[in-house]
Amino acid sequence: MNGIIVETLQIAILIGIAPAFTGWVRMLKCWMQGRTSAGMFQPYRDLAKLFSKDIVLAHNASWIFRFTPYLCFGTVVLAGGIVPMLSTDLPLALTADVIVLVGLFAIARFFTALSGMDIGTAFGGMGSSREMMVASLAEPAMLMAIFTVSLLCKSTSLSRIAEVIYTAGFVAKPSLAFAFIAFILIALAENGRIPVDNPATHLELTMIHEAMILEYSGRHLALIEWAGMMKLFLFIALSSTLFYPFGIAGTDNPAGVPVAAVALILKLFISGVVLVVIETGLAKMRLFRLTEFLGAAFLMATLGMLSFFILE
Amino acid sequence: MIVAPVDIAAASVMLLLITGLAAVLFRKSPGFLTTVSFYSCALASLMAVTSGIWTVAGNVTGKMVLLSGLPDLPFHLRLDPLSGFFLTVVGLLCFFVSIYSAGYVKAMTGRKPVVKLVVFYCLFIAGMLMVVLADDALFFLISWEAMAAASYFLVMFEDEQIENRRAAFLYLVVAHVGAIAILLSFGVMAGLSAGFDDFSGFTFDAMRQAQFPAKWATIAFLLAFFGFAAKAGVVPLHVWLPEAHPVAPSNVSALMSGVMLKTAIYGIVRVTFDLIGVFPWWWGGLVLALGLISAVMGVLYALMQHDLKRLLAYHSVENIGIILIGIGLSMIFTSFNLPVMAALALIAGLYHTLNHAMFKGLLFMGAGAVLHSTHERNMEEMGGLIHKMPWTAALFLVGCVSISALPPFNGFVSEWLTFQAFLLSPSLPNQVMKLIMPMGAALLALTGALAAACFVKAFGVTFLGHWRGRHQPNVHEVDWHMRTGMILSALTCLCLGIFPTVFIEWTDVLSESLVGAKLSTSATSGGWMWLTPIAPERASYSGFIVFLGVLIVYAVVYAVLHVNPGKIRRGAIWDCGFEKLTSRMQYNATSFSMPIRRIFGFLFHIREETRVSPQAAHSAFPARLIYNLRIKDRFWNWIYKPVADATFRVSRQVGRLQQGRIQAYLIYSFLTIIILLLVKSL
Repeated sequence: MNGIIVETLQIAILIGIAPAFTGWVRMLKCWMQGRTSAGMFQPYRDLAKLFSKDIVLAHNASWIFRFTPYLCFGTVVLAGGIVPMLSTDLPLALTADVIVLVGLFAIARFFTALSGMDIGTAFGGMGSSREMMVASLAEPAMLMAIFTVSLLCKSTSLSRIAEVIYTAGFVAKPSLAFAFIAFILIALAENGRIPVDNPATHLELTMIHEAMILEYSGRHLALIEWAGMMKLFLFIALSSTLFYPFGIAGTDNPAGVPVAAVALILKLFISGVVLVVIETGLAKMRLFRLTEFLGAAFLMATLGMLSFFILE
Repeated sequence: MIVAPVDIAAASVMLLLITGLAAVLFRKSPGFLTTVSFYSCALASLMAVTSGIWTVAGNVTGKMVLLSGLPDLPFHLRLDPLSGFFLTVVGLLCFFVSIYSAGYVKAMTGRKPVVKLVVFYCLFIAGMLMVVLADDALFFLISWEAMAAASYFLVMFEDEQIENRRAAFLYLVVAHVGAIAILLSFGVMAGLSAGFDDFSGFTFDAMRQAQFPAKWATIAFLLAFFGFAAKAGVVPLHVWLPEAHPVAPSNVSALMSGVMLKTAIYGIVRVTFDLIGVFPWWWGGLVLALGLISAVMGVLYALMQHDLKRLLAYHSVENIGIILIGIGLSMIFTSFNLPVMAALALIAGLYHTLNHAMFKGLLFMGAGAVLHSTHERNMEEMGGLIHKMPWTAALFLVGCVSISALPPFNGFVSEWLTFQAFLLSPSLPNQVMKLIMPMGAALLALTGALAAACFVKAFGVTFLGHWRGRHQPNVHEVDWHMRTGMILSALTCLCLGIFPTVFIEWTDVLSESLVGAKLSTSATSGGWMWLTPIAPERASYSGFIVFLGVLIVYAVVYAVLHVNPGKIRRGAIWDCGFEKLTSRMQYNATSFSMPIRRIFGFLFHIREETRVSPQAAHSAFPARLIYNLRIKDRFWNWIYKPVADATFRVSRQVGRLQQGRIQAYLIYSFLTIIILLLVKSL
């Protein structure tokens, strides 16, 4: 019973707070770049505006194009029930481990890429092609980083990983450090942030993710945007689970959930700052230099794994 | 018991042979050829499935001795759980494809001599069933050759094109080189188990009971593995596969890629785990390494293709690699005496065997449907078929999602199990293995991600966007036979994805008899919905809840947003005010894979050429741009061409013996007798 309440609460937090987090990041970015920000709550207003608008569809848009926004939203919400944010006592955590989580993100991406090709414009195809290229290099690195943690905890279940890391306390293991760096690089790539992709651009030749969803409008676009915000939120929650699960409530203390909520919000604030510092400090890379970037991430993850076997 | 599974299996083979014979007799009746014969094949396949499922579920082993064959060498048939499993895999896809064929072949009548197709189709299925039933080396090889020969004629079916004849010839050569290696391997094992003067060693029973010296066991294994790997299309022996599979009629391609390759997997499992039994870890290492190379190279080559069927054929190389990863891991764990982990890896490999049969069969049937209604195999000419062929598109999409290892479909489950097996590698006592194994996991992850990219391309270019060719043909949806075949295999893909525990409980007997441990007790501890291969706190997955969860969120969001939905207005594509958008401006197969081609280009033999037509007024505004791209398999020049050239050279030398004069041949005979006498007298 307790677990179900936490589960519901988690999903509600994910759906409700994700836009605020994106707003926080955008606000900080504006401040860092000396611009005036529209405030932390602007994403809510944007979403409301998009939901109230009519949809314009191309004549040849197929059902895939209309199916994808709902699917993206669905997979991300389900993922929110899997990643332990408040408590490790989640009934849904048994449903899926971390490999399934990566799979859920992959299926959303698969369909987004398909809908990019559905209309038959050059931009859509370009976005899909590039997105799949980035993903195919990022996914192995991400799994390697995650496997390092899994090997350490002897489990791929996220609840279990969080418990093990939490009870072990903060231990500066080299394998974890390498895996963490790799994870940050991958999280930037997976969420389409600078230096891999620029979420704010609509300049034709540099777009990746934005090019795929260029043809969307109205509530479809709102769902995709919202799912993107939740995905960013989830990656912060995931990194917290894997590397710094402080404050998370365990199976034995359901009373720890409010503390966990406060800890989560604190982590989000700090992660936002880190993200903005990275994004402001770097320029977007050329597309074909991304192999070096993602290769570095892969190398870091590999080093983490090697140091696990050699040193630990 | 009056009827045993092995009787049903034998009856199924008989039915297929009778159908083949009847097709010759009734060759004048197109109704019989297309409908009755294929439904008879479907019935036979269903019988094979029944006996297979029964064998595995009931853990029964049935034997049968046929008094045909050579004197003193009767044919032995045996249906044990391992054969039963592969019988199920073969039978299930043959069942779906036979229904599909009834529609597919009907369209050919009048244009082609369909009777040839029907006869060899029956023989082909019968050959595959016999291969898994055979229990002695002689019958195994006869069945193996029957299968290879029947499929050769099927590849040759459209023999008016020179490349089809070339592909078929290449296929025949590789199949026979492989068969020779298998023959030699059986020879080694038979000789060691009963001595070279006694013929009783040729039964698998004798080989099973014999203890082989390590050196000879290695030779037998390497020969058998080479032979089976050639059949399975393992890199570097894969070159024939993307030539031969696409040129066969699509229903046959589905069977060749979907199940014929699996008979080679069966052979590898049979020889290593059952006949030889005890092996050092490096055998597993070899299988694993080749599996990884095949997986990565297969998917990369697939990405470079723009012929839909060729692309699918290269994906077979990839998936055979994934299956071998599971088998190889299982061999490694077995040799270090870790039975539970070996069971996990083995089940992962076998699960992928079944999964690949289903989704690859489905994809080839889909490609066949596209070919059937557009007469086009080149993806660069296609596009927008989802509007004209909605059923085919949706079913093909199921295949794409399954093969790309995306939850909740079946491909994901087997890859998930393989990942779990990789993550158990810290238990290995060998330090080097421990360090290398995670790299294998990374390569598997790369394979999965690249496969997803490849199928976004395959589906996106074929079914989405606009038609890219110059003249749009009169495209229509395929008939109900073809649709039923595809629907059934798509449903199987989904069911295998969301009810994996059913499958794992069913195959427990297999892992128990081959590696001495089963997963069942742990697999069901969380109830039928949860797949927990080792322990619930280690890892768990419930495809069913994932499927249901996504569906529920989808439905809720859809319902909430459609309480008071905004209008949907249809409009023309936004063309940035340019007003001259043509369908040639879409991304196509070549441009889609360009980033990946650029990154992994060093693995291919690429010749790229861009020419600007000379009649332009100014070099900045060319009238036409001509782009040429040729991508070749490097293995062709590295391995096949030197071997082929050497063969021709040697044959020319040997050919000098042939004078064409009777006197010369008499001298040869005379000399031979003299030499033999000399040898004997020494």
